Amino acid sequence: MSEVKGFIQNKFPDNLVFTTADEIINWGRKNSLWAMTFGLACCAIEMMAAGATRYDWDRFGVIPRATPRQSDLMIVAGTVTLKMATRVKRLYEQMAEPKYVISMGSCANNGGPYWRHGYHVLKGVDEVIPVDIYVPGCPPRPEALLYGIMKLQERIQEDRVTRKRGLTVGSLAGATLDGAADGAK
Amino acid sequence: MDAKAIHDALVGRFGEKILSADLEAVSPFAVVATEAIVEVAEFCKSDSALAMDNLMCLSGVDYPKEEPPRMEVVYHLYSYTHHHTFALKVHLPRENPAVATVERLWGVANFHERECWDMFGIVFAGHSDMRRILLPDDWEGHPLRKDWEDPEYYNGMHVKPTEQMAERAMGGEAIGVGPFDFTPPNANVETE
Amino acid sequence: MSSTGFAPPPGDTWDYDALDTDEMILQMGPQHPATHGVLRVELRTDGEVVRAARPHIGYLHRCFEKHAENVDYPGVMPYADRMDYVASMGNTLGFALAVEKLAGIETSPYVNTIRVIVAELQRIASHCVAIGTYAMDIGAFTPFLHLLRDREKILDLFEWTCGARLLYNYNWVGGMSHDLPDGFARATRDLLREFDAVTYPELVDLIITNKIFIKRLADVGVCSTELAISYDLTGPNLRGSGLARDLRKDAPYCGYENYDFEIPVGDGRFGPLGSCLDRTWVRVVEMQESSKIIHQALNRLEKMEKTDVHETVPRRVKPPKGEVYCRSEAPRGQLGYYVVSDGGVNPYRVKVKSPCFTALSVFHHMAKGMMIADVVALIGSFDIVLGEIDR
Repeated sequence: MSEVKGFIQNKFPDNLVFTTADEIINWGRKNSLWAMTFGLACCAIEMMAAGATRYDWDRFGVIPRATPRQSDLMIVAGTVTLKMATRVKRLYEQMAEPKYVISMGSCANNGGPYWRHGYHVLKGVDEVIPVDIYVPGCPPRPEALLYGIMKLQERIQEDRVTRKRGLTVGSLAGATLDGAADGAK
Repeated sequence: MDAKAIHDALVGRFGEKILSADLEAVSPFAVVATEAIVEVAEFCKSDSALAMDNLMCLSGVDYPKEEPPRMEVVYHLYSYTHHHTFALKVHLPRENPAVATVERLWGVANFHERECWDMFGIVFAGHSDMRRILLPDDWEGHPLRKDWEDPEYYNGMHVKPTEQMAERAMGGEAIGVGPFDFTPPNANVETE
Repeated sequence: MSSTGFAPPPGDTWDYDALDTDEMILQMGPQHPATHGVLRVELRTDGEVVRAARPHIGYLHRCFEKHAENVDYPGVMPYADRMDYVASMGNTLGFALAVEKLAGIETSPYVNTIRVIVAELQRIASHCVAIGTYAMDIGAFTPFLHLLRDREKILDLFEWTCGARLLYNYNWVGGMSHDLPDGFARATRDLLREFDAVTYPELVDLIITNKIFIKRLADVGVCSTELAISYDLTGPNLRGSGLARDLRKDAPYCGYENYDFEIPVGDGRFGPLGSCLDRTWVRVVEMQESSKIIHQALNRLEKMEKTDVHETVPRRVKPPKGEVYCRSEAPRGQLGYYVVSDGGVNPYRVKVKSPCFTALSVFHHMAKGMMIADVVALIGSFDIVLGEIDR
């Protein structure tokens, strides 16, 4: 866990834990990311493999939920076509806050191998929904997806829940935690 | 039956309507007059010597540079009883191409012909459900034609790869995860 | 009995037919846990019974045929891989065979034997996914985990050979991308030994002869042989309807005529012929036959002389002007490639006849009159992969 200021943090061992609300809420959120598996194409098979026995994602707390209403994380795995893009947007809007998106595979990142002549391929799912983590690969290995989930967990841990928020702080945005985060008032 | 025997049977029955054939090709075919395709196909299916009860594939091909410019619909037929294959072709003009449907002979032609319409714009007269199958219903144009140009946008989404991506890829830059020229969706959001 | 088939319990005198009911249109998909991809099925239901079903596809149309016209022949291989992404060795094999036929390239028996080995291993892996996810749709989660674990072992072998787990680009026009590594035969034999002794009997005992499975599937989705031929069902779908047709026997390629194996055919042992259970049963028994073929191929491999797998790969693939329609037996059925060449380095036209595309064309016929849960069973029994349907 990242370092949090506070003069009673970790002062009392064993049965008494003092921490901040941000810490504990983020800890709960990051360790039970229920994923709406939006498996579209080949990356869906690797996502299934990430959920299967060898690369089990359940040990990270990730459970696949088919419905957007009950999930926190949307893993867009596979090529998003123009016909499908409206549905992706609608499903994203049906998720409840806080929600995160992992774009898995090169097709979801920026159109992938179909970027040049694919008239029906959306060049990156970030044209329709905001993405938190991009996992590269064609298809990314299940371990790469798990790494992406871990990076997302790091990012969630550094989120500010109780304070007013500006840009969410996280490893990709590059901002720092000590009040210098852009826009945080 | 080999390709020559099949061709002879067809010519014997239909004569003038079998316009030409190429029996030396790797996959032999015969070109049939457009208005006669359904009866030729029906004969191929019901005749006991031919017995082509299976339509393996129905494809459209666009030949704008041939003399005369044409589109073709190719029917690949197979017989489960006699184990022989043969192909029939029809030549269609590139403007308003139309041919009768064979969906009453082979049920699978329903899907194949819809795809042909979707990709090439070839109308199959008598088809029960002539609408797009792979592309969205409000898509304009028929992409597999040789004169297809990618539109800029479809319903607000980029279709042609953006100049930025194309320049970077063609310039040899390895595009990976990193800072794109891209403002995140919440960059200018005012805090409450 | 009312029009929906509902029979009120004895003593109940309410007039159910006087109820003003209506039909409901229900959209199943495109995002659905059980549609095996982005398939949308529009159901018109009367209560729980389906009156009409219409599949809508195209949500994964990735313009394969347009790409094939704009890249050269070896460059089409990775795109071909990505069509049926669960069984990608079969796709590349089909394209390689088609272009080789057109260009007149003959591959050595060594290359053919490697092709047979990887194609059959891929068949086992693909059926693992098919049966695992199908059992998951029916409601049993454990077979999914067990079969995917066994599939991982096959993927380990593939990764050892060519570096990739899922989309290999392994079959090239005229050869293979990598030779088999040393020790491959031994590792494969170990895998098959475990498969024959443990996985396959488990599969038969726990799934395919399971009473619940049988009750759920034996009467559902019956497809007669005439319907199957008319709608061009091929592969396990056709064999499940009773017709013993397999391209590996009828029009052998890659030396399949040298191997001794049988064609499993559905025989309606638990219900009418051509039901979902028959198709699944054919897939299960096919895995055993594939294992037999691999054993024989490995024996042949050890006795034959090794040639360079890049020997017959041309530096520039430029087939002469012409066209070819070449079929091969992919795990999902007959995969056909219609390749038209104009003598240049790029193909002029590549049309792919996907076996799942034709299997889906009969769907509306068979979904009439079944319950919504049976529609799930029907979709899974055709073993569709939307990447191949939409190309």
